[in-house]
Amino acid sequence: MVVPLEHVIALSMILFSIGVLGVLFRRNAITIFMSIELMLNAVNLALVGFSRYYNSVDGQVFVFLVMTLAAAEVAVGLAIIIALYRNRQTVNIDEINLMKN
Amino acid sequence: MFTSIFFYFLASIAIASAIFVVLNRNAVYSAIALVLCFFSLAVIYLLLEAYVIAVLEVFIYAGAIMVLFLFVIMLLNLGLEDAFPYFRHLQRALSLFMVGLFFVGIFLIMFNEQGILHQPGEKFSAGDIYALGEALFSKYLLPFEVASLLLLVALIGTVYLAKRKI
Repeated sequence: MVVPLEHVIALSMILFSIGVLGVLFRRNAITIFMSIELMLNAVNLALVGFSRYYNSVDGQVFVFLVMTLAAAEVAVGLAIIIALYRNRQTVNIDEINLMKN
Repeated sequence: MFTSIFFYFLASIAIASAIFVVLNRNAVYSAIALVLCFFSLAVIYLLLEAYVIAVLEVFIYAGAIMVLFLFVIMLLNLGLEDAFPYFRHLQRALSLFMVGLFFVGIFLIMFNEQGILHQPGEKFSAGDIYALGEALFSKYLLPFEVASLLLLVALIGTVYLAKRKI
């Protein structure tokens, strides 16, 4: 194996922070969804790193479950976005304030 | 030595494509950059000897999920997003500050020991399909079944939400 664990975790942290920035900055609901995927992948990377360095398969089982969750979440989320677009003709989250009025 | 350089190369590709995803105004370009990010992460999983996870990453993320994203983007026919007035509002500057604080916080927690770099053991046998399958069907059988139930619920919910009329 190649690099120390800290470098893997640092990469995971950087990707997670970029994902958080995407969620906070973007107004397009689909891009926000992509940023959430990025954050899930950063966590997966950390889990795989720990699994490798502590010589245990448990982390990879968790990655497996996170991938299942991500697939389900994306399917439901995109269905919600399509339903919203049908009603409002926009995916800009500043204009989607159904709960407010 | 060579694999170490390869890791940093892949890491820089992943970071660059992630930044591209966040900053690009065109959603299709963002999706393609995200696919690149997933592929580089898959190769990093290979370097970490998690072979099954690397294959699943390409199949599920780069294959299934991103195709779903591209379908929806093209279905909705979005134009370019307006140029973002990022730092005009106090809210945006504050969010940048909070993310920076979060980053520094985890950094300090992770790297507070005096220069101890955790090196892995030489022998690693948990990355192949045998070990993963054994753990999934013995120790983690209940979470595995719950995950299948979750997929069923997501399937029904998606059909219900996307239908025009029930």
